[in-house]
Amino acid sequence: MSTALARNTKVMNRFDLTSRLVAKLKNEEAVVGGIGNTNFDLWAAGHRQQNFYMLGSMGLAFPIALGVALAQPQRRVFALEGDGSLLMQLGCLSTIATLAPKNLTMVIMDNGIYQITGAQPTPAAASADLIAIALASGLANSAWAADEEDFERLIEQSLVADGPTLIGVRIDDKPGTGSTPRDPVQIRERFMQGLGVRQPL
Amino acid sequence: MAAAETALSWHQIVLQTLKRNDIRLVPYVPDRVLTPLIRNLHADPFFNVFATAREEEAVGIVSGAWMGGMRGAMLMQTSGFATLANVLASIVVPSQIPLIMFVSERGTLGEFNWGQSLVCRTMRPVLDSLAMEHHTCTRLDEFEFITDRSIKQAITTQAPVALILSPLLTGGKTLDK
Repeated sequence: MSTALARNTKVMNRFDLTSRLVAKLKNEEAVVGGIGNTNFDLWAAGHRQQNFYMLGSMGLAFPIALGVALAQPQRRVFALEGDGSLLMQLGCLSTIATLAPKNLTMVIMDNGIYQITGAQPTPAAASADLIAIALASGLANSAWAADEEDFERLIEQSLVADGPTLIGVRIDDKPGTGSTPRDPVQIRERFMQGLGVRQPL
Repeated sequence: MAAAETALSWHQIVLQTLKRNDIRLVPYVPDRVLTPLIRNLHADPFFNVFATAREEEAVGIVSGAWMGGMRGAMLMQTSGFATLANVLASIVVPSQIPLIMFVSERGTLGEFNWGQSLVCRTMRPVLDSLAMEHHTCTRLDEFEFITDRSIKQAITTQAPVALILSPLLTGGKTLDK
């Protein structure tokens, strides 16, 4: 029996959860969306200038968000990452645990598959528990969300936590809802404007 | 001025030049040659310096920090650079991130590990294929000029740069050290 089946957590939907998160954002919080469906659903949930959409560099959503969090400690930074992406860069969990930025909230969208390439199962799908890995990496505020209400509660809780938070959500196998325009310079420039680092010409 | 500059060691020059250019964030994956630099960076409260598990991670952190308004530079050795082709091509170059990289050059001028010497040969072709600025630093009397100007150029042109620290500059690593 797989670990995923043993979890007492509802299978939710990426777009729905992303929309719930975005609806809560009132303070120009930064959001970094990992490659593929994760940032497609972030785009579809309604573009904001404080969103950064990744177009490659699988696995770097959490490191990029960590960099933003270090540069702007007064701003809340969210990072949305797929389970397959995180598997590429598990070491970053230890780095984040060591630096322990209070303003970083991470979400793992875990469907156990590489949905976008044809729904092949990840090597972790049947055996590993990403939240257990995060806890063992030193990220004490790591938990699976039991359902949508629990996800929203964990998001709220992360805003007042004394360290970084990681929230695992089990999601279905649906593809992303939208498609992010693939213009890396414009994405980067708008993000910097959204963070107050740049002014438009 | 010139005499005072040349009296500094290569790693003192790196530290001072980073500071002069307000580069505070320095993630690294260590190398024997970089040890005195890493030690001195840790000892200076101006810097936020820390190890990452992998070089790609440091690229992500420096890129995120740049977009958030904080300047950074990363330290690694040649074999670490060899892990970066994907992230250089998919975020740093197309997003115009002024990633400043210091690469301790292993694999040449006295290398004793065949794997290091082979992986070293991949470094400049990767940099050239992405049309990335890079300099091989061999002389102490030129080093401050190259480092300071390259950092300023990276930031003003929003383009990455690799400063390759040759054994001619650092002494390198040999079998007996």
